[in-house]
Amino acid sequence: MTTFVLFLTVLLACAVEAVEALTIVLAAGTSRHWGSAWQGTVAALLTLAATVAVLGPAVGQIPLGALRLLVGALLLVFGLQWLRKAIMRGSGYKALHDETQAYADEVAAASGAAQGGRGRVKDWYAFTLSFKGVFLEGLEVAFIVVTFGDNQHDIPVAVLGAVVAVAIVAVAGFAVRAPLARVPENTMKFVVGTMLTAFGVFWATEGAGADWPGSDAALLVVVPAVALLALGYTSVLRRARASGSLRTAHPTEGSLT
Amino acid sequence: MSVVERAGSALRSFGRFWYDFVVGDDWRVALGVAVALAATWGLTRSGVNAWWLLPVAVALLLALSLFRVVRAARAAAQGPGGA
Repeated sequence: MTTFVLFLTVLLACAVEAVEALTIVLAAGTSRHWGSAWQGTVAALLTLAATVAVLGPAVGQIPLGALRLLVGALLLVFGLQWLRKAIMRGSGYKALHDETQAYADEVAAASGAAQGGRGRVKDWYAFTLSFKGVFLEGLEVAFIVVTFGDNQHDIPVAVLGAVVAVAIVAVAGFAVRAPLARVPENTMKFVVGTMLTAFGVFWATEGAGADWPGSDAALLVVVPAVALLALGYTSVLRRARASGSLRTAHPTEGSLT
Repeated sequence: MSVVERAGSALRSFGRFWYDFVVGDDWRVALGVAVALAATWGLTRSGVNAWWLLPVAVALLLALSLFRVVRAARAAAQGPGGA
């Protein structure tokens, strides 16, 4: 795995998580109270930093084989979830993830919640909504950074990928003060799902004790193979829908872009 | 709500969070991955370099998971009466 591929994989995966976190923070800030939303965001980032500082180094103490087995299995399960949803959206079986709708839903839920603050936090709902969104999505970012970085013995590049992703999304999001509806999210999810699944397969197989033909070079086959498999499934499902034999109750326009 | 009930509720939320985080919305995929990895480990221990097993399992698990979604969508389209 080259340094660039590591950087790009982490950047894409973290960008998707950052878009989701930003949507929640923007909804909390716009509909409730910006100050409390910021406090929730900062509190979540501090909690996240403390969590990673305590648990992160422990990952490095686990034997590499066991680490690859555990991390590979988790990445594989994550990757298959992402890939399945991207295929369903790409073939029209599931509505494309619409950040505008997600933003509207969050705003509606936030507007309907009770007012009230605690201590220095003027709006407890905006605080907890931001905290939850940033902490949970941030936890996934931290997991991706630590596992990819540790497996490739290049934590700094993984951290750089995550920081660049979060910075780009944050700047873009706050520049327009609106959900990032124009980000081709399903394309990103398709790519990230492919990468997570491919690396999951590669590391978990190695962790289980098997040796890939060609060692690390096998990744050059595994990644495109997973992508082709997913594109193939998308194509089959799309054709099945078009033929009319498998129409859904709420037909949606399928697209990977 | 008593302290015991609050603690129980917090524990359930904690467990649900980790279940959603690790297993996700299709537990069969997670189970299939675990079984495939155990089989790979077993075959490797008995001298078979089973690098091919997990890729095959992934292709099948993804297909089965998609099939379940399509079947559910078709059932929803046909309605409760099956019309």
